[in-house]
Amino acid sequence: MCIFSDAPSARSTVSHDGHMTLNVERADSRTLPSLKPLRLLDNAGHAVSGAETGGFALPDLETLLGLYRRMVIARRFDVQVTALTRQGRLATFPSALGQEACEIGAVSALRREDWLFPTYRDTIALLTRGVDPAELLAQFRGDWHSGFDQKAHRCASQSTPLATQALHAVGLAHAARLRRDPIVALTFLGDGSTSEGDAHEAFNFAAVWQTPTVFVVQNNQFAISVPLSKQTRARTIADKAVGYGMPGYHVDGNDVAAMYAVTSAAVDRARAGDGPTLIEGLTYRIEAHTNSDDPTRYRDKRDVEHWKRRDPIERLERYLVSEGALTEDVRAEITAAAEELAATTRDAMNTEVEHDPLELFRHVYGTPRAALAEQRDALAAELAGRPGGAE
Amino acid sequence: MSALPASVVEDGTTTAVTMAGALNAALRDAMEADADVVVFGEDVGPLGGVFRVTDGLHDRFGEKRIWDSPLAEAGIVGTAVGMAMYGLRPVVEMQFDAFSYPAFEQVVSHVAKMRNRTRGVVSLPLVIRIPYAGDIGGVEHHSDSSEAYWTATPGLTVVTPSNPADAYSMLRAAIASDDPVVFMEPKSRYWSKQSLSLPVETAPMDRAVVLREGTDVTLIAYGPTVRTALAAADAGAAEGLSIEVVDLRSLSPFDDETVGASVRKTGRAAIIHEAAQFGGYGAEVAARVTERNFFHLAAPVLRIAGFDVPYPSPKLEEYFLPTPERVLNALASWEW
Repeated sequence: MCIFSDAPSARSTVSHDGHMTLNVERADSRTLPSLKPLRLLDNAGHAVSGAETGGFALPDLETLLGLYRRMVIARRFDVQVTALTRQGRLATFPSALGQEACEIGAVSALRREDWLFPTYRDTIALLTRGVDPAELLAQFRGDWHSGFDQKAHRCASQSTPLATQALHAVGLAHAARLRRDPIVALTFLGDGSTSEGDAHEAFNFAAVWQTPTVFVVQNNQFAISVPLSKQTRARTIADKAVGYGMPGYHVDGNDVAAMYAVTSAAVDRARAGDGPTLIEGLTYRIEAHTNSDDPTRYRDKRDVEHWKRRDPIERLERYLVSEGALTEDVRAEITAAAEELAATTRDAMNTEVEHDPLELFRHVYGTPRAALAEQRDALAAELAGRPGGAE
Repeated sequence: MSALPASVVEDGTTTAVTMAGALNAALRDAMEADADVVVFGEDVGPLGGVFRVTDGLHDRFGEKRIWDSPLAEAGIVGTAVGMAMYGLRPVVEMQFDAFSYPAFEQVVSHVAKMRNRTRGVVSLPLVIRIPYAGDIGGVEHHSDSSEAYWTATPGLTVVTPSNPADAYSMLRAAIASDDPVVFMEPKSRYWSKQSLSLPVETAPMDRAVVLREGTDVTLIAYGPTVRTALAAADAGAAEGLSIEVVDLRSLSPFDDETVGASVRKTGRAAIIHEAAQFGGYGAEVAARVTERNFFHLAAPVLRIAGFDVPYPSPKLEEYFLPTPERVLNALASWEW
């Protein structure tokens, strides 16, 4: 069930229907992306024009309103889950507060039949794909390593080992292409993870095989405590695309209009059989890495305040207000939907679920194993011998 | 003496088949039978693999079924994971044992864990072929026995054939399995020949097989050391020692039933492998055979293994590898 099913459809704007028409030569696999991040809305909420747009057109108001709605709801969810984590209801939660434009902009460019390969930080992207909040948070509450049906949602589980999921996205995309299924696999990565070998291998395999893959690197500028300057000497992460022979885009990751437009073009390009694209969204992680992290040890509060003034939701809100698109009715509906989701999430996280210890043995192998059955029976006997749990 | 699985028929229609040839035939037949089976890795395309296991398959099936990937093992296994998620049945080659290590994270963190993580929703029907072990005069990094790294990881099925018939039958079974299989091919046995008629179906992939019956000692071996065990049994017979040889075939799961029955019959057991002894697969075998059969044992379970040193250079490997003589000397160390 998709909580956004009543939202304006972004899909209609993704295809070749005019507003994505190019009027400036696009980045290609031979030119470095612009050093200045590509953007369509400035921080004051004004539409920008000229070279800064990279030739991308601002999505229409209906699309932008849909993106706004998704971001507001996602943030409410994120804030709620962080609060629940502080209350001890979840084991951990990596917040994406401040990164909503990257998360929502990118994932909104996908069709339902496309696949998403997220990292541990991309919970709100999965929420936007329609994953049930309780199933989504099972991983962070500690119920199971993943709580939702990957195949039903066409979303892989949230990957913890950095960049490993990018290879899965490339492989799945290649398999789809071999079967002539016109689907795209989008994977998120973080800035730190681009130092991993798997990131390199994923970029390279995708480019060599020309797989329908979109890589979205959310450059939130810190890998836990380590700044990007200690990860790479490249000007931008997007620059690396040239070395792999694929287009790279350096995008203002707090401009959801730009993230959506660029990702949509990359998705179209992939679907058309023209291969992968690397998109870097320059953003900032407002919260700590997780609840157990203390960011005051490695970054200046003034830096955080600086980025809070570049909030992605406020930016789009300024534009929508100036266009007269954000009426009180619309605001009220969005607020109500966000609060309803927050309440549902609170209820779900405050409700204990039964854990079956014998499930430990159930899914490891498709082919039953005698030795594992022995261990299961031993645990069952241990449980039966100790009513009420451990003594 | 013949040590073929019972199901290998020698009826006049058989031909001499090498293990590499049997593996090649298994890949060919699996690809014929199921369009979802794809093969990729380093040099597996037009060259046919450095051991020629994929010889001729590129010509036969074309670039969309079998292709050369970029030279990166994590990339090979990682993309195979994505393909298997989508419903293909990839068979990937690691070229040499020690070159599988870059893929370690993908195998351990994803291949082994995907089914459990997704509560059975996503199983990964993929086969990772690893030519392994020594005795081929290989330079460094070409002769490792890496099986214990994989068998120590829940979620993986780890098998290794010792003869061409099993190579064919077990590879077909591995490809047909919905669970991921680490398929370890003993390089030194690639050119060993057996007279058989293909296709052949031997014992189930997860079962050990008694290759030679005996009454005094059970020698437990797998992959390249099965030949060593059989040679030791021949030599032992000349000295009046009746040695039973069990070919494990499957390292994970471990066939407690077949091994236990043999050990309870003979009362003595020794495990032979090329990998270093300390923390090796033999430690698990010795422990579980002892735990389950202690009161049937007349002597401690012995391990005849590689020394606890890195695999040696070609001029020294003869001193490292377990030999039939070393096996018999070890057995002689028991009080009889």
